Amino acid sequence: MNQEGIRDRLVSKFGEDVVSDATMFRDQLCVTVTKDKIREICRFLRDEPDLAFNFLSFVGAVDNYPRTPRFEVVYQLNSLRHNHRFRIKVRVEEAEGGLGSVDSVVDVWPTADWHERETAEMYGITFNDHPDPRKLLLPEHWTVFPLRKDFPLEGTDDTPDLPPQTN
Amino acid sequence: MAIERHLNDTVHVTNLEWFVNWSRKSSMWPLGFGLACCALEMIAAFVSRYDLARFGMEVARPSPRHADLMIVSGTASKKMIPAVRRIYEQMAEPRWVIAMGACACTGGIYKNYAVVQGIDRHLPVDVYIPGCPPRPEALLDGILQLHAKVMKEQSIRNPRVTRVKVAGE
Ligand code: SF4
Repeated sequence: MNQEGIRDRLVSKFGEDVVSDATMFRDQLCVTVTKDKIREICRFLRDEPDLAFNFLSFVGAVDNYPRTPRFEVVYQLNSLRHNHRFRIKVRVEEAEGGLGSVDSVVDVWPTADWHERETAEMYGITFNDHPDPRKLLLPEHWTVFPLRKDFPLEGTDDTPDLPPQTN
Repeated sequence: MAIERHLNDTVHVTNLEWFVNWSRKSSMWPLGFGLACCALEMIAAFVSRYDLARFGMEVARPSPRHADLMIVSGTASKKMIPAVRRIYEQMAEPRWVIAMGACACTGGIYKNYAVVQGIDRHLPVDVYIPGCPPRPEALLDGILQLHAKVMKEQSIRNPRVTRVKVAGE
């Protein structure tokens, strides 16, 4: 199925409001969907026989600082059965005094587990109901989110070489 | 060397310290340990074309307790540092460290939050080998420099004691 067809299937299932934005770039359609529905949308895309997105290539995020909403979480889908691909995004607001959040899709594609853990630690986005919300790559004792645009590349006092107790 | 001639050249007389140094440098066993891309050049130096065995170094020890030399070959990420320090602490004295490559010397091209800006922030480095990556010849040269350094050590009169560095040193 071509990408417009996939978008139309989404709209006919969830209604016009679900697709808040769609951009076409180099023949690739990128659809922004509403955040609350992400889990249902993913399950729909996986389970419909003519869509059959049985493989989640990756989950990542984009920091659009200083624009709001600040973050976008990107899901790149692939159907091994039909050999078609599709990209969806959700917008995540930077929450006041906390972290923005979006529902985890680990129960749809188990491979999302590590992708979401990396996205969470790098951008400071919480994935609700994630089964194992630990850090993946960064040292446990860091409290910073290094892939945010306002984080200095060379690090801060909050990125020490060693955990405090072994100093 | 009158005594040698007296015994018909059946013995060699030497200085004990020289002898200890010579034994140390002639069988300096490296730790089998690589951190990043430089490790591949180190591996190339081990195998037949460059043949570290010529210097008594062919036995890379998988256990730090058997090793004399740590070749820090590559990028030391901050998450790796507690493990690297621990491995170094497990090595028996006397122990030496070679910082191989730009990353181990200074952080190299990675001037960022995740990479230690030079392994000498944590370990007492004996020889620095520049290059990204250094060729096996450069590693061999660094090792020969280290051998020369070992031959000058006061191994009996003033045995070396090395420690991991603590923060702020
Ligand atoms: S110095 Fe170059 S080759 Fe060596 S670890 Fe660093 S980036 Fe890799």
